[in-house]
Amino acid sequence: MIDNRTGPAAGDFRPGVPIRIAGVTKRYLSARGGEVHALDEIDLAIAGGEFVSIVGPSGCGKSTLLMLISGLIPATTGTIEVGGVRVKGAIGNVAIVFQRDVLLDWRTVLANVLLPVEIKKLDPVSHRRKAQELLRSVGLEEFEDKYPGELSGGMRQRVAICRALVQDPGLLLMDEPFGALDALTREQMNLDLQRMWLRDRNTVLFITHSIEEAVLLSDRVVVMSSRPGRIADIVTDDLPRPRGAHTRSDPRFIEHVERIRRHFLALGVLSET
Amino acid sequence: MTTIAVPSPATPGKLAFWISRNGPVLAIFALVFALWEIAVRALQIPDYILPSPSVIVVKIVVSWQLLLENAFVTLQEILLGFGLSVVIAIPLAIAVVYSRIFERVAFPFMVSLQTIPKVALAPILVIWLGYGIMPKVMVAFLISFFPIVINSVIGMRSAEKEMIYLVQSMGASELTTFLKIRLPKALPSIFGGLKVGIGQAVVGATVGEFIAAERGLGYLQLISQVRLDTPLLFAAVVVLSLLGVLLFNAVAFAERIALPWSRVATDVAE
Repeated sequence: MIDNRTGPAAGDFRPGVPIRIAGVTKRYLSARGGEVHALDEIDLAIAGGEFVSIVGPSGCGKSTLLMLISGLIPATTGTIEVGGVRVKGAIGNVAIVFQRDVLLDWRTVLANVLLPVEIKKLDPVSHRRKAQELLRSVGLEEFEDKYPGELSGGMRQRVAICRALVQDPGLLLMDEPFGALDALTREQMNLDLQRMWLRDRNTVLFITHSIEEAVLLSDRVVVMSSRPGRIADIVTDDLPRPRGAHTRSDPRFIEHVERIRRHFLALGVLSET
Repeated sequence: MTTIAVPSPATPGKLAFWISRNGPVLAIFALVFALWEIAVRALQIPDYILPSPSVIVVKIVVSWQLLLENAFVTLQEILLGFGLSVVIAIPLAIAVVYSRIFERVAFPFMVSLQTIPKVALAPILVIWLGYGIMPKVMVAFLISFFPIVINSVIGMRSAEKEMIYLVQSMGASELTTFLKIRLPKALPSIFGGLKVGIGQAVVGATVGEFIAAERGLGYLQLISQVRLDTPLLFAAVVVLSLLGVLLFNAVAFAERIALPWSRVATDVAE
């Protein structure tokens, strides 16, 4: 597989690819035959190396937007460019992390991390070393030869993230990656993710239900309204990094969280009565 | 994960563990046979009604050659029928998973065919194929075919949507997706089908021999029944059971080799 990264050369501080979404609408036929209007006229530009979160009520088309960017499903109208190239069909240079870790039970932890290397036919020797480094960086070096069935939920999701990062993706798409984890593991995973992102600076598009998680991690938080999904607000979040537990008590953090929460109140997703 | 319990191998180090786990079952078997032996002797039940275990064992030892010859014929029928099932069922399952026509037409058709009692087809097969080995092979094939094809289809469809998206986003072709995801994901289910299928093949071959045969353990049973040689009838049942257990364990062994990870999963899942 060729490295079709269009951003600056390796060694640059920002290898992530930019995304440009213009006038994107998605309609599809539901299983019952009715037409679902999932996304309506989405315009969004994401800089290379930016960490952007999308929050919104269930069914607002967040995941659909992610799939459209990956090129795995086509948009009804509008254009999406990743790294300056128009998306038509599955793009390379992207890695996806889902809420379910979808590890392959029949492969060891290391073999799971190396799956994209095999499929993309990347150099096995150097990537094997990289995979081992990634596993070490999330404290899983002892588990290389274990099967996923022997790991806890948090460990499994860490392996899934290593599998995404081993390919040096210019773009990392994450669909509620920590949604299935307990609160404590989730906080740790947030910090792990931030650390890896600060090191690699890929472009990250991160979908979550947790407003706090979005504010903690992101450069910008995109707030979406219910079906058809539209962008209701974009909150710029320039709290100093690295962020951590101390960030949560920062008045600006609280202010951002409140601002997003007010949107949900206005949308009727949250109700105080 | 998988519902199939894989027995742990009885290595010398694990002998004590093996005894503690299987001891009670062995003890119950021993007790049943002992009671059987005592009851037959005490009540003076004639051999042609119910032979005692010792009489059956003696019969097996004395007629081992006869039993072995016929067991070999039955084994051949089972293996040919089962082999035919595997060779046809798995490609057919792939076709059902990948082709709309097969999914919409062939698969429902096969499922409805499954309601036919295959054994009832045996007399027809005898008319078509004669008294030789072929009608038994066909009954064994027909009866073991459905569990294999249905389990294979279910297994190949069991890959999560995200799993498919994941490899597609890496640029995997349909063939790569099949080899790296669908097939390995389906293996536990396929082996489940094979385990049911091999048992069914034993039934199929034996019943085929009941209908019309000149050799085989089923045929031996018919002859023994006519001659009221009940000990030989029981001996044939014992050999047939051993054959079934042996074949089932051969499939289970193949499964253990093919799926080292499923043992892990069953060990961890409590």
